Amino acid sequence: MAELRELYQQTILDHNRNPRNFRVIKDADRSAHGDNPLCGDKIRVYVKLKNDVIEDVSFDGSGCAISQSSASLMTTAVMGKSVAEADQLFAKFHAMVTAGAEQAADRKELGKLAAFAGVREFPARVKCANLAWHTLHAALESRTEPVSTE
Amino acid sequence: MLKTAARSSGRTASDIRSVRDDFPILQRQVRGKPLVYLDNAATSQKPSQVIETLSRYYRSQNANIHRGVYYLSERATADYEAARVRAQRFLNAAQPEEVVFVRGATEAINLVVGSYGRSVLRSGDEVLISAMEHHSNIVPWQILCEAVGARLRVAPIDRAGTLPVDEFERALSPRTKIVAVVHVSNSLGTINPVKQLVSLAKESGAVVLVDGAQAAPHMQVDVQQLGCDFYTVSGHKMYAPTGIGLLYGRGELLEAMPPYQGGGEMIRSVAFEKTTYAPPPAKFEAGTPHIAGALGLGAAIEYIEQIGWGFIHEREASLLEHALERLATVPGLRFVGSARERASVVSFVMDGIHAHDIGTIVDQEGVAIRTGHHCTQPVMDFFRVPATARASFAFYNTLDEVDVLVRALQEAREVFG
Repeated sequence: MAELRELYQQTILDHNRNPRNFRVIKDADRSAHGDNPLCGDKIRVYVKLKNDVIEDVSFDGSGCAISQSSASLMTTAVMGKSVAEADQLFAKFHAMVTAGAEQAADRKELGKLAAFAGVREFPARVKCANLAWHTLHAALESRTEPVSTE
Repeated sequence: MLKTAARSSGRTASDIRSVRDDFPILQRQVRGKPLVYLDNAATSQKPSQVIETLSRYYRSQNANIHRGVYYLSERATADYEAARVRAQRFLNAAQPEEVVFVRGATEAINLVVGSYGRSVLRSGDEVLISAMEHHSNIVPWQILCEAVGARLRVAPIDRAGTLPVDEFERALSPRTKIVAVVHVSNSLGTINPVKQLVSLAKESGAVVLVDGAQAAPHMQVDVQQLGCDFYTVSGHKMYAPTGIGLLYGRGELLEAMPPYQGGGEMIRSVAFEKTTYAPPPAKFEAGTPHIAGALGLGAAIEYIEQIGWGFIHEREASLLEHALERLATVPGLRFVGSARERASVVSFVMDGIHAHDIGTIVDQEGVAIRTGHHCTQPVMDFFRVPATARASFAFYNTLDEVDVLVRALQEAREVFG
């Protein structure tokens, strides 16, 4: 149970139940579709950019608690950030969920995203946590091919 | 209901202990808890009798089969062909030559599609499948239909997850050349009225393939009684190794069909001008086959026969009954599929908890269940669920294991509130 509580932290459960920025941006400058064929998680990320700054970002789709809450927290984390800052955040997030505790120094910068640190104990679920980020990355790069975690 | 289950489990308690002893993996722990293996529809565990057969073959009998004139090769050939005869009797095929060793049910279907399907299907023809097929009985037909300009039709299912026979009958037409239908659904557990479906399809002039991957582990299959033209079996779902399966094909069809793959073993004579093919089943077994796997499958069949269908049916019925009853007590749990005729497979979803989160949570208690679309995405779409959690039982599972699953689901409920 302890490890489970570590994975399903209150922040994650809260964002799963009440996802932030769960909406379509009709006049989005960029959007991308991502899916995780293994689990059937599906997500679309919408971005409005102004001078290389993420003015608005949202998502919709369906998936497990990890993928949904990760998408929700991601939108709150990158809102108002520059594209370069968002990419840096993704790199740190990715390192945290795949590598391990040595990334502790970055935890502070990750803020609420640090709630996903427990995911690294569950290798099968890392893709769930990363899906939204990969999809955001594709949207920012204006890639047209859907993102797949496979 | 509970009483019946308790009584039958009491009567066979020592039998269950002894069959569990046959499966070494059931002794192990996972995450510090005893393994509760409830993913038998994905693959079953293997009894010592099968494991020993593989080990013995590689330790003391290994040789390539056919054409060898030395002792070990002759012995391996005899054992391989004996496994075929065992498989023939297991399916009640009329002749051993009607049983082809393949990699698994997927390859069996691809063999029929690539050989029979490709040689008979023409533009404007139809192939009829059902809405509850595994991807392996959808995609190969799709590829073929696209290639030749044929139409793939789908007989619908209803909310219970069963296949209404009248709708199936309406989907048949004089253009239907092939019907491919699953015997037991892997995601819903539904047992289809295959004998009736086959007879309707035959009346309309179609050739019928029955996908028996999920049926063969649970019930006695009689291909002659079913009247089907092809029947596919996956070894690893019935206590045999992975990489071995069976295709039953009616003799005259196999005789007339072109080869599936070219190579050694499947020829009578080869010259650069012309090659003549061996008769079935060799015609469809190009290359060195999975000899150890075939022997292992033979051993698995022998094991099933020793345990007996009566024991298997009684155990699986009592596990299914107990699971349906106990799972229904978990708040917010909803079953997907409620066929009256069903194998010991239970698919479900929980309010506010995605199947993958369920899978991760019960894994912490040592419980292995499958979560996802189960290679039946059209079934998920039909029930408007992204994924389900699926518990599938084998005769070696216990009612206590069902209770461990139920407690773990209650924990999931607590975590998610």
